Amino acid sequence: MSGVEGKELRVVGFLCNWCSYGGADTAGVSRFKQPTDLRIIRVPCSGRVDPLLVVKAFMSGADGVLVSGCHPRDCHYAEGNFYARRRLEVLKRFLPFMGVEPGRFEYTWVSASEGARWQKVVTNFTEQIHNLGPLHHFGEGDGSGGDR
Amino acid sequence: MRIGVFVCHCGTNIGGTVDSHQVAEEAKQFPHVAYSTDYLYTCSEPGQQEIQQAIKEHNLDGVVVAACSPIMHENTFRRTIERAGLNRYMFEMANIREHCSWIGEDKEANTRKAIELVRMAVAKVANNVHLHPSYFDVNKRVLVIGAGVAGMQAALDCAEGGLDVVLVEKKSSIGGRMAQLDKTFPTVDCSICILGPKMVDVGQHDKIKLYTYSEIEDISGYVGNYTVKIRRKATYVDWAKCTGCGLCMEKCPSKKAFDYHNEGVAYTTAINIPFPQAIPKKARIDPKYCRQFTKGKCGVCAKVCPVGAINYEMEDEIITEEVGAIIVATGYGLMNIEELGEYGAGRYPDVITGIQYERLLNASGPTQGHIVRPSDGEEPKRIVFISCAGSRDLSLGRPYCSNFCCMYIAKQAILTRDHIPNSDVYVFYIDIRAPGKGYEEFVRRAQEEYGAQYIRGRVSRVYPRGRHMIVKGVDTLLGTQVEVDADLVVLATAATCAPGAEELAEKLRISYDGYGFYIESHPKLRPVETNTSGIFLAGACQGPKDIPASVGQGSAAASKVLALFSKDKLESDPQIAQVDESRCIGCLKCAETCPFGAIEERELRDGRIVARVIETVCQGCGLCTATCPPGAIQLQQFTDNQIIAEVEALCQAWKERSSG
Repeated sequence: MSGVEGKELRVVGFLCNWCSYGGADTAGVSRFKQPTDLRIIRVPCSGRVDPLLVVKAFMSGADGVLVSGCHPRDCHYAEGNFYARRRLEVLKRFLPFMGVEPGRFEYTWVSASEGARWQKVVTNFTEQIHNLGPLHHFGEGDGSGGDR
Repeated sequence: MRIGVFVCHCGTNIGGTVDSHQVAEEAKQFPHVAYSTDYLYTCSEPGQQEIQQAIKEHNLDGVVVAACSPIMHENTFRRTIERAGLNRYMFEMANIREHCSWIGEDKEANTRKAIELVRMAVAKVANNVHLHPSYFDVNKRVLVIGAGVAGMQAALDCAEGGLDVVLVEKKSSIGGRMAQLDKTFPTVDCSICILGPKMVDVGQHDKIKLYTYSEIEDISGYVGNYTVKIRRKATYVDWAKCTGCGLCMEKCPSKKAFDYHNEGVAYTTAINIPFPQAIPKKARIDPKYCRQFTKGKCGVCAKVCPVGAINYEMEDEIITEEVGAIIVATGYGLMNIEELGEYGAGRYPDVITGIQYERLLNASGPTQGHIVRPSDGEEPKRIVFISCAGSRDLSLGRPYCSNFCCMYIAKQAILTRDHIPNSDVYVFYIDIRAPGKGYEEFVRRAQEEYGAQYIRGRVSRVYPRGRHMIVKGVDTLLGTQVEVDADLVVLATAATCAPGAEELAEKLRISYDGYGFYIESHPKLRPVETNTSGIFLAGACQGPKDIPASVGQGSAAASKVLALFSKDKLESDPQIAQVDESRCIGCLKCAETCPFGAIEERELRDGRIVARVIETVCQGCGLCTATCPPGAIQLQQFTDNQIIAEVEALCQAWKERSSG
């Protein structure tokens, strides 16, 4: 089930407009090759990402969700990413109780200048999701994902 | 709703790895899509006209353009649809270039991805609502941070344009790095001779309010209306009285104070005026070295000062200024040369930095322009320059080129041979970077006319032998080891961000790169703007720059401010939070999380408490939206419904794909 074999998995990325979305743009402009699985949704700030949006994505069929914002202390909105960090960390610990392996969700910090870092983040995260395989959807699996 | 989809080929940029035509065909199936087409260059004039025509012909009320990044062209297309009579916010972009065609070579996978990105954008625009900007007054004053050559140019251009300028400088005199230089390349004209008059213009301009020896404490507000707190550090000298006579400097018994202007190659007195051309020409006490502060008794300067300007009790003062725009021109710093252990910098007195050498060359420097060895004060006969000392070095985490070193080494080589005609000058270099006007010719002159010996190769070690320094390196053109017996070694140390650059960026809410240099809006097309509206960049704070480039950027930033202030009222961005009063429970958790204090309490007529957004203060981050328990406060253009619609559209596509 790896990207190399040609089968894509379903990965959603919520990216802040100022740093990570710009970082993904920089990666594109620099032609840094990446797996094609990820679909990016632009949000103004990682602090805008309500943990429920992540849960919604998992419930609707995503195999992995990535949130990326500005590096701590470099937020366009001064402290949005600090809120993100607190909320998303709680979410990460809560996901196993929902039957979602914690490895299916990550939050990272990528600045607008870090195209190469974004390439690495996407590649690693996609690989991680491929290692986990498709998520058994609610009602389909045995709900034991939390043991991992 | 009737949505139009326009898929761009961007020549082969998108078309090469995405089947744009197929994307446009597939888009016809999406809900609400009334028209869909592909075009070679959607952003071109005929491309935009086609959108406008389609809006009229097909009676569209929402538009999706699948092309490049919205950071690039969202505004372009918003204006396009506005010209066709639509609300500019009934528009979304699907980024199928930066996030799709350019990062994968598999055309089939890319096309599928592009189709899904378009589907998400369609779902979002179907949930968009008409938004309308409101208008607010502009305070037509500008703050310039940093009074080096870039900041001074920006301040002068703004002032000449009729604006009131507040110029804040950290040091006690304006002038910046350029005031430290002896001569400037490639003309070898005297630095202070061309800078001095400019400094006087700044100092005497009635539109420029100068705060030297001051730092930015805090910045709040938004474009058009910033409130800036400036800390005027205590100088312990009443500048209203000080005449700059310099008597205190003559009599000060503490003569071993660190001399910042001379980069530590000489000492100065604890009370000092940094250099003869300083503006304002006022003395300041360095409490780290002043005996009155360190030992509790002295008071010599207070006794000799003819005007009684000395005040040991002085304290820092906080001043508040209101401005409408900010130009950041904080310049650069220099790497700590002690990081370069192999060159012995910091350990051996005869290994110095380029800027220290510049001070030795300078007629107003500590040696009146005589080149001497720091160790014994003798005139060196053999001088070695080492370029890229710290720059272009991945192992030190500085892969970038410091931009001006090649040129100042050539200049210093020329000046050295002028000052000491019988000297030998060696330059170790990796590449020579001289792309400016007259630059290459200048480097050639240093080699051919002045006999500087350029050796291509890195230096591995510098160590002392007797009274000399041995420079061991390699000549990669000859393929041999080289050893030069030098009297003095000059390192072209890497330029870094200015000290404290990150902290200032956090106060300004602008971004900086991994090295602390500030990031411009677009590296090519918006080089002096930041992503925070109303804040502009000039000079080396954005990356190492020489004088012509810094001056050019100073003027460019000033012209941006003048253009901004040419309007009496500015449009506010309506993409801000909005409260649904019927759902608000008045918990005001939103107000607690808002970093800008943009939410206030409001009592309805029935006595119920609800939240209210202060339109001009809200920056549109959406922290409140993610916080609100009943979801009553929604960030316009990024509402829960809009983001969920995107997620659902995407998941629907996945579901159809796996079943089909």
